[in-house]
Amino acid sequence: MSRRRIGLALAAASFAWGLAASVAHATDISFWTWRQEDKAAYNELFADFTKANPDIHVKFESFPDENYPTIVSTALAAGKGGDVIHTHAYGWLEQFVKAGYFEPQDMTTVPSLANQPADALVAGTYRADKKVYSLPFASQTLGLFINKDVFAKAGLTPPTTWDEFITVSKALKEKGIYPLANGMGTSWFNEMFVAIFTNPFLGQDFVTDLTSGKTTFKDPRYVAALGKLLELRDYMPPGFEGIDYETAGQLFISGKAAMLAGGSFDIATYRTQNPAINMDFVAPPMAKTGDTPQVTKFFDGGYAVNAKSANKEAALKLVNWMGTKEFGDKFSALLGNISPIKGVVIKDELLAHVAKLNETAMPHINVVYFRFEKPTGSELLQGDITKMMSGSITPDQLAADLTNGLAKWYKPFQGK
Amino acid sequence: MNNGRRHTAKAFPWRRSLWIASLLTPALVVMVLFVLWPLLSAFRLAFYEFNGLQPTSFVGFENFRKVLFETPYSDWTYNALKHNIIAFVALMVFENGTAFLLAYALLKALPGHRIHQVIVFLPVVLSAVIVGFLWKLFLHPLFGLVNQTLALVGIGAIPWLGNESTALGSILFTNIWHWLGFPTLVLLAGMQRVGKEVIEAARLDGAGDYVLMTRIIWPLIAPSVTIVTILTFIGSFNWFEIPYVMAGLTGSPGGATDVLGLYFYRTAFGSTTTGIQDFGQGSALAVMMFIIVAGVTAIALRYLRRREIEL
Repeated sequence: MSRRRIGLALAAASFAWGLAASVAHATDISFWTWRQEDKAAYNELFADFTKANPDIHVKFESFPDENYPTIVSTALAAGKGGDVIHTHAYGWLEQFVKAGYFEPQDMTTVPSLANQPADALVAGTYRADKKVYSLPFASQTLGLFINKDVFAKAGLTPPTTWDEFITVSKALKEKGIYPLANGMGTSWFNEMFVAIFTNPFLGQDFVTDLTSGKTTFKDPRYVAALGKLLELRDYMPPGFEGIDYETAGQLFISGKAAMLAGGSFDIATYRTQNPAINMDFVAPPMAKTGDTPQVTKFFDGGYAVNAKSANKEAALKLVNWMGTKEFGDKFSALLGNISPIKGVVIKDELLAHVAKLNETAMPHINVVYFRFEKPTGSELLQGDITKMMSGSITPDQLAADLTNGLAKWYKPFQGK
Repeated sequence: MNNGRRHTAKAFPWRRSLWIASLLTPALVVMVLFVLWPLLSAFRLAFYEFNGLQPTSFVGFENFRKVLFETPYSDWTYNALKHNIIAFVALMVFENGTAFLLAYALLKALPGHRIHQVIVFLPVVLSAVIVGFLWKLFLHPLFGLVNQTLALVGIGAIPWLGNESTALGSILFTNIWHWLGFPTLVLLAGMQRVGKEVIEAARLDGAGDYVLMTRIIWPLIAPSVTIVTILTFIGSFNWFEIPYVMAGLTGSPGGATDVLGLYFYRTAFGSTTTGIQDFGQGSALAVMMFIIVAGVTAIALRYLRRREIEL
C-alpha cells in the first residue's frame, strides 16, 4: 500500500470516528403528550431548541387523549415512559407525584420557573411538599363564543347581562337560529358549561367562602346559579340532551347557532375548520349591569420530567427552555394557546382579548379545588348535571349530591 | 412397525410424557402469563389501598366494602349492575327470541333464505366500534337518519342517546342489531341437527308451526340454547365497547347507560376529565365481576346441562 493510500485511509477512519463520536455524544430524549394535533407545532419548537442545544434531539410521541392516563401510568410504573411528560394539572398530576414518578423542579434545575405567575405554579405544585413537579404550559379560558356574522345578519347585539341574553336569544329563536349551540351529550363539556354560566352569579366571594370552609355547594347562591341554567334549555337546539361537543362546535361554526359556551382552546380549531368565520370570545352574561365580566380560567397542565429518565439533565434543560419567553411567544403564536409565561407577547387579536379577560377571571372551581381525591367534584357534577337539565333532579339535589360526595374526603364539608 | 413403536412407548413412558408436555407448554405459558397472572394480580391489588398510583398498605376487604356499601360508590355499583341485568334480560328476550324465530324461518328454507342468512350475519363481522359509531350517527338528534325519517311524519327531534329513558334502550337495540346473526346461526345449526324424520312424524300427527316450534324443536335444540344463554350472560356482564363508543366512559346521560365494564374502567384507570385512578377499588370491581360471571356461569351451566338430559 502506498503512503498516500495509507494517509487517505487514516484520514477517512479519523473522519468516521469523529462522526460516530459526535452522533454517540448527542442525547435523544422523548416528549410524551396527548396532544396529537399539535405535532407539527411542537416539532418546530423542538427544532428551535435543538438549534440552541445541538447535542439534544427531542422526539415527539403522542397517545390518544382518553387512554393517556393509563398509558402514562403503566409506562412509568415499569420504569419507562417519555423523558419529558406532558401532564394535566391539579389532582391529575398529584397522583403521579405521590407515586414518585416525577422529578421535582426548582430554581437551580429549572430557573425559568421564575417566569411563571403564582396561580400558574399552583397547578403544577404538589400540595403536600409544596414543590413544583410540572412547569405550567397554558391557561385555558372558558367563556362565550359569538358568531359576529350571525348577529349582524339578525340585526342584534351580543348580550352582556343575563336579561339581555334571554331577550337576544328569544329574538334569535324567532328568526330560526339556534341561540346557543351547546347540548348535554359530552360529560366534560357539560362541566365547563356549568362553570361558564354559574360563575358570574357566584363571584369570588363564594369561592373564598367555599375554600375556607364557611359554606358548601348547598349554599343558596350556588343553588340559585344552577337554577339559572334551567332557563337556557329553551334556547339550546332541539334534542339538546343528545347534542355532543363536536356537534355544538359544528352548529356554531356553520352559523346555525349564534353562540357557544366553550373554551379558548377551540379558537384555533374553529378557525381551521372554517377559515371564514367571523367570531368573538366574550365573557358570559353578567348577573346584572355594572358587574365585573367574569370568564372562567384554569391551567391545563404542564411539562414534567420522568424521575426514572436516563437523560434527566437533558430533560430538565428542555423543560427549562419551555419556560422561557422565547418558547412562550412561539407557543402562543403556533398553537393559539395562552402561555402563562410572564412577558409573552400575544400577537393574535382575539387571543390577546382573551388574555385581557383573564385579568378578572374566576377559577374553574371543580378543577382547581375538587379533583384531588375520590369521588372528584367532576365525577359527581358530570353525573348529575344531565339529570338536572332533563328535569329528573332539582338544583337542590345536585348541590346536595355534590356536597355529600365531596364530604368523603373534603373535611370542611363533613357534617354539613 | 406399529408393534415396535408401541414397544418403544411402553419402554420409555417418560418420552411420551415429555412429548405431551412439550405440546402443552406453549399454551400453558400463554395462559399463565396473560390470564392467570393478571387475574391473581387483580385479586391481590383488590386488598390494597393506593396512594396515588402505588399500593401502600393491605386493607383487607375495605375496597369491597366501599364499592358495595359506601355511597356514592355503592350507588354507582348497583346502578351499573342493574343495567347489566337489564341488558341480559333484554338480550335474552329480544335478541335471542328474534334469533329463534329467524332461525326457524331460515330452517323452513323459504324463497331467498340464503341471502337473508348472509344479511342477518353480516353485522356480526363488523367491529363493535364501527357499529357503535354508525348508530350514534343514525341516532343523532338533529342530523340522524332515524330522526330525519321520523320528521317526515311530524315527529320532532328525539335525543335517543341523551334522554335517560331512551339511552339504554338505544344502545341495547344497537347491540341486538350487531349480534343478532350469531345466536341465529347457532340456533339454526341446532335446528338443522334435528332429524327430518322427527319433524315429518310430527307433521303427520298434525302438528302446526307453533306446536312444532315449542314441543319438538325447542326441547331438541337445548344444547344450542345452553351455549347461547351462557354466551349472552358473559357478554352482558362484560359489556363495554358499544356503551363506551355510544355513551362515553361516564355512561351518560347521568349514568343511565353505565355498566360494570365502564365503571370498572374509569375507577381503575381514571379519565382525563373526571379525575384520578384507583387500582384498589377498580380491582375490587374486577374481582366481583369475575365472581359474578364465573359463579353464575358455573351454576347455570350445571342447570342447563341437566335440563338438556331431562328434555
